[in-house]
Amino acid sequence: MTYKVIGKRVKRVEDPRLLTGGALFVGDVNLPDMLHAAFVRSDYAHAKIKSIDISQAEEIPGVVGIFTAEDMGEDWKPGPPLVSPPPTLEDVVFNSRRQVPLVKDKVKHAGEIIAVVVAETRYIAEDAVEEIFVDYEPLPAVTDLEKCLEPGHTLVHDDLDSNLAAHLVQHKGDYQAAKAEADYVLKRKFKLDRGAAAAMENRGIVVDWDQKNQHLMVWDATQSPIPIRNGMAERLGLRTHQVRVVAPFVGGGFGPKIMMFYAEEMVLPWLTMKLNRPVKWIEDRKENFYATTQEREQIQEVEMALSKEGRILGIKQSIIHDTGAYDPYGLTIPLNTQSHSMGPYDVKNYTSELSVVFTNKIITTPVRGAGRPQGIYIVERMLDIACREMDLNPLEVRRLNFIQPDQFPYDHEIIDQAFTNLVFDSGNYQPAYDKAVEKLEYERFIKEEQPRLRAEGKYIGIGLVPFIETTGVGPYEGARVAVEPSGKISAATGVGTQGQSHMTSFAQIIAEQLSVEVEDVSLVSGDTAEIHWGTGTFASRGAVVAGNAVLAAASDVRSKVLKLASKVLETPEEELELEGGLVRVADIPENSISLGELAVLANPFRGAVEPGTEPGLESTKYFGPAYGATAFGVHGMILEVDPETMMIKIHKYVTVEDCGTMLNPMVVEGQIHGGVSMGIGNAYYEKLHYDENGQLMNASLADYLLIFSTEMPEIFEVYHENTPAPNNKLGTKGVGEAGAIPVPAAFAQALENALEEFDLEITETPLSPNQLYELLHAKEEDNES
Amino acid sequence: MENTFELSVTVNGKTYQEVVDPRTLLSDFLRDQLGLTGTHVGCEHGVCGVCTVLLNGDPVRSCLLFAPQVHDQEVTTVEGLGTIDDMHPLQEAFREAHALQCGFCTPGFLTTLVPWLEENPDPTEEQIRVAVSSVLCRCTGYQHIIDAVKLAAENAR
Repeated sequence: MTYKVIGKRVKRVEDPRLLTGGALFVGDVNLPDMLHAAFVRSDYAHAKIKSIDISQAEEIPGVVGIFTAEDMGEDWKPGPPLVSPPPTLEDVVFNSRRQVPLVKDKVKHAGEIIAVVVAETRYIAEDAVEEIFVDYEPLPAVTDLEKCLEPGHTLVHDDLDSNLAAHLVQHKGDYQAAKAEADYVLKRKFKLDRGAAAAMENRGIVVDWDQKNQHLMVWDATQSPIPIRNGMAERLGLRTHQVRVVAPFVGGGFGPKIMMFYAEEMVLPWLTMKLNRPVKWIEDRKENFYATTQEREQIQEVEMALSKEGRILGIKQSIIHDTGAYDPYGLTIPLNTQSHSMGPYDVKNYTSELSVVFTNKIITTPVRGAGRPQGIYIVERMLDIACREMDLNPLEVRRLNFIQPDQFPYDHEIIDQAFTNLVFDSGNYQPAYDKAVEKLEYERFIKEEQPRLRAEGKYIGIGLVPFIETTGVGPYEGARVAVEPSGKISAATGVGTQGQSHMTSFAQIIAEQLSVEVEDVSLVSGDTAEIHWGTGTFASRGAVVAGNAVLAAASDVRSKVLKLASKVLETPEEELELEGGLVRVADIPENSISLGELAVLANPFRGAVEPGTEPGLESTKYFGPAYGATAFGVHGMILEVDPETMMIKIHKYVTVEDCGTMLNPMVVEGQIHGGVSMGIGNAYYEKLHYDENGQLMNASLADYLLIFSTEMPEIFEVYHENTPAPNNKLGTKGVGEAGAIPVPAAFAQALENALEEFDLEITETPLSPNQLYELLHAKEEDNES
Repeated sequence: MENTFELSVTVNGKTYQEVVDPRTLLSDFLRDQLGLTGTHVGCEHGVCGVCTVLLNGDPVRSCLLFAPQVHDQEVTTVEGLGTIDDMHPLQEAFREAHALQCGFCTPGFLTTLVPWLEENPDPTEEQIRVAVSSVLCRCTGYQHIIDAVKLAAENAR
């Protein structure tokens, strides 16, 4: 192909609308005769509902209806199980308990929905919510991950024997034998706490049941419109063609807008069918804290066996993972944690026991990183501590342990989130690592800069962490590509878009195949009327799975174009070329026909379409990888700590990413920048504080601190290596979550280095200035006593 | 409505006479009553800055004002800064520098930074960083937004 646009920094086709206020978000959907919903949410994390008094609320003018679980009758049922337990492992315990549309008798987390008010305006609906009185019998809240498993402890789900949601053990090799041969065995306990995804757009859904047409129209701020369509049809007793779900422009996803079947996504379709009027609900920020899923809470005990040179002989791990009040998303997060707990290293022996617990907290489901940051955190922390205790060079120890290029595909012999073997498809780690060492000027910093700055009284440190990211998992995605009679290209894919630039980078793939301008490709993502099959945008899989489906469909359309043009131009296909929206005979360029003319000929108004062919220059293709594509990266930072205030300043941040072929490097940079900003939040600012009653104490953006531009690194450099993925034609690996994954580990390393004289050991994340002060203070008291 | 307010306001150069419930937030008035949905709402408590609009030329959080508070005054929203065919130079720079991803927060940045650049035509990077910290963005990590402001300032020279 002579026309190359993949890999170029193409400006985004979606931007003009977004920049001028002309893009449709779910909150912008306003329909005639539309009603508005507001929810009565539980004040308690754990309580029995004794009674609900709606009498005063009902009297408010403009209130159309108030509904509780009882009113749903037979239609009341929990959400669907989204991810089943892994079927291939023995002795797996999995207790599936899913969220409910409206609470029947016992609330299991603060914010759970007890009643819904439907009114002529949102203002009136919220007035009515204030006049609904729920009489609760408060129960002790289950909040402690370890204590909650003790016999006799209060239960989140009374029909279970304990708060254990799931249990499984994964083995590779023989850890005990490795430990017996080890020169050094290190053991530590880690606490990894919760954060919020906090997309700037909260969730929202608008539903419109058309009684005469027997059709349900849904606008939903979701990452996965097709599974939502399928699930809604099933819940409501409709056929899939009776439901159309559109995920319009979505203002950030980061995981929680996945096909959750949140209570609101169950209640609103039921309401519009019951009331026969459109209904709208847009989540407010407080609800986003109390009702949208969160992530990262785990307690881990980790043991690492090493040789005296620092080779990792084995890792033993025990994970307690908090799933919150329900576990609709199965084991995806903790399986990802296991998949990343050996990092990019050649670890022959691994044993990992996973216990998932129910607590009276908000449900956890993947948030950008999805269990991976926890795995990278523990393995990198263990290596850092080991290097210090064994007096080894941390850079050399990483190099010693890397999986080598000739070991790929590398089978880890445990299962990953897709329930297939964890296989790393490809990689070449050391060149990327060495590049990061060079770009961060690691050696010079340690030898010259740091001593000089320390002599000036500054607390300044360096951190450098390599990591892998499993990306591009199945099952599959699809794409439809068609040449219009105008010669322009229409395309569709089922993955929703929440800022990932799909409309541009997928258009680049198509433009290259059909030799048209990127602007001539119009791609719809996230409308179930445009494509029937698919799953959604998650697990850093868009560019890999949907991207390769787009390539397959565009390539098939190219074949159809050439075949038809060959007939029309009476020239063999191999003598034809595509350029500028024309097919022409290579030697006789004036002998040509446009794509538009071919599209018309392919859809004859008179005369038959020949047997064995299809009308139109159109193709729908699917791509489903046997296993994912594993990306690699290295993040390094130089940070300074103010010893009085514990505030930090990141002077320089360097990343080297290897995500294989980049469709659009500008977009990749943006993903890295954004991921790192979330990672810095995860490391030092963003922690959801629950008290012992299961109350979230900082449920506002004034109290839960997102990163502003002033907290970002002063210098931020992004570099690339390219080890193309061998199992997909584009050679792409995902990069959507990469930015967030290694930051807490690199941050902890840099912080310890900056505070070296205090001999601090960090085993918890997120930290905060207050928490760091406490840690240092405790350390000083230790040293004095 | 028991209690209404007759509001006269000029938005993006056009004068509207509207009857509103006095407690209507300016953000809801612009979005739902005037259909100017380019102004987005991110937190409803004045932190995120996504809902920023210009009131008589100055950036304000439209979620923290009641509609009657802008009576007889001039409001500019993102729709008033430029159009698809004739974008404001800062809008162009945002596109050039990839300063937006999901685009939800973008109107807040534009309305905050357009007047700021007029007052600070020759800013340093540090000054830009502080100005950009008026609004939250969860996608971009702000680097490209800072680049866009720098670019717009350069282009204006």
